[in-house]
Amino acid sequence: MSYRQLSEQEAREKSGELRSYLWGFGLALILTLIPFGLAAYTQMAAGTLYLVIAGCAVIQIVVHFRFFLHITLARNKREDLQLILFTVLILAIMVGGTLWILFNLYYRMMPDMLP
Amino acid sequence: MTTTTKIHPGHTDQARPRAHHPGLNLGPAHQESEDTREEMVFGFWVFMMSDLIVFGLLFATYVTMLGGTAGGPGPSDLFELKSAFIETMLLLISSFTFGMASLALKYRSDRKVLVAWLLVTLLLGLGFLAHELYDFHKMFTEGGVPSRSGFLSAFFSLVPLHGLHVIGACIWLIALLGQIAVHRLDPPTKTGLMRLAILWHFLDVVWIGIFSLVYLGGIV
Repeated sequence: MSYRQLSEQEAREKSGELRSYLWGFGLALILTLIPFGLAAYTQMAAGTLYLVIAGCAVIQIVVHFRFFLHITLARNKREDLQLILFTVLILAIMVGGTLWILFNLYYRMMPDMLP
Repeated sequence: MTTTTKIHPGHTDQARPRAHHPGLNLGPAHQESEDTREEMVFGFWVFMMSDLIVFGLLFATYVTMLGGTAGGPGPSDLFELKSAFIETMLLLISSFTFGMASLALKYRSDRKVLVAWLLVTLLLGLGFLAHELYDFHKMFTEGGVPSRSGFLSAFFSLVPLHGLHVIGACIWLIALLGQIAVHRLDPPTKTGLMRLAILWHFLDVVWIGIFSLVYLGGIV
């Protein structure tokens, strides 16, 4: 018998955690297949497709944080979540500022660089 | 450090054990050096978040350079949907197998299953790297070298940095397999596995951004 002697609570925790990884993997798989499938097999308008890809990516990132990194909204994990939210805030300021400044510069001075 | 269970009012379901750090917590059966493990894993989480800022800004740089192909090959000439898909699958499955390794560490007393899952993860990671290097090689032969244009410079600072992280994670995994063989599962080895799990899952999160923005965004 290679399992440790598990208490009843541990056994419950174990099946819950296994389910969590399986759910995470299943959801991530679906959220990967949707954008790849649409890009490969459909002639969707580029604008809509970009939106679908971005939406799937954001949801998949949340899925990975929730099911693989075990970051939840439970009160006892708030520090990890706060750290993520603060990092995202800093990133939003820096990335948003970079894009704003540079694309404004392109618009005024280098229209060739605009996509 | 108390080990009591905290339940906040209004929370009616099962009392959950307190989580000490991000990632899978090993729980009461692995009490030895739980305090240092909390510090070390949380400290590693702080490092991961600073790494996230580096990647985020390289993504921003990449987007600002999309128009700067300077007459050279662009995204739709260089990227292939099929190879991006294969790399995505390899990394996603390896993330899942590392999760299975974490569960084996938490609930099994022997090392066999743990080592087996870790080896599968390592092989998938190495497969990802091999495929990515093959991709870069093909880009080089098509004239897609980093010095060709601003777009390619931005691409080659973003995607290979992720690959470099995967190389580092694979080396770390090999080192941990050595530690498991020599020291069995002592507290430092367990803590190392917890931190590597966070790095591995985090690298998969960064890859979501890369395949969505760089590959899918470039091909559409």
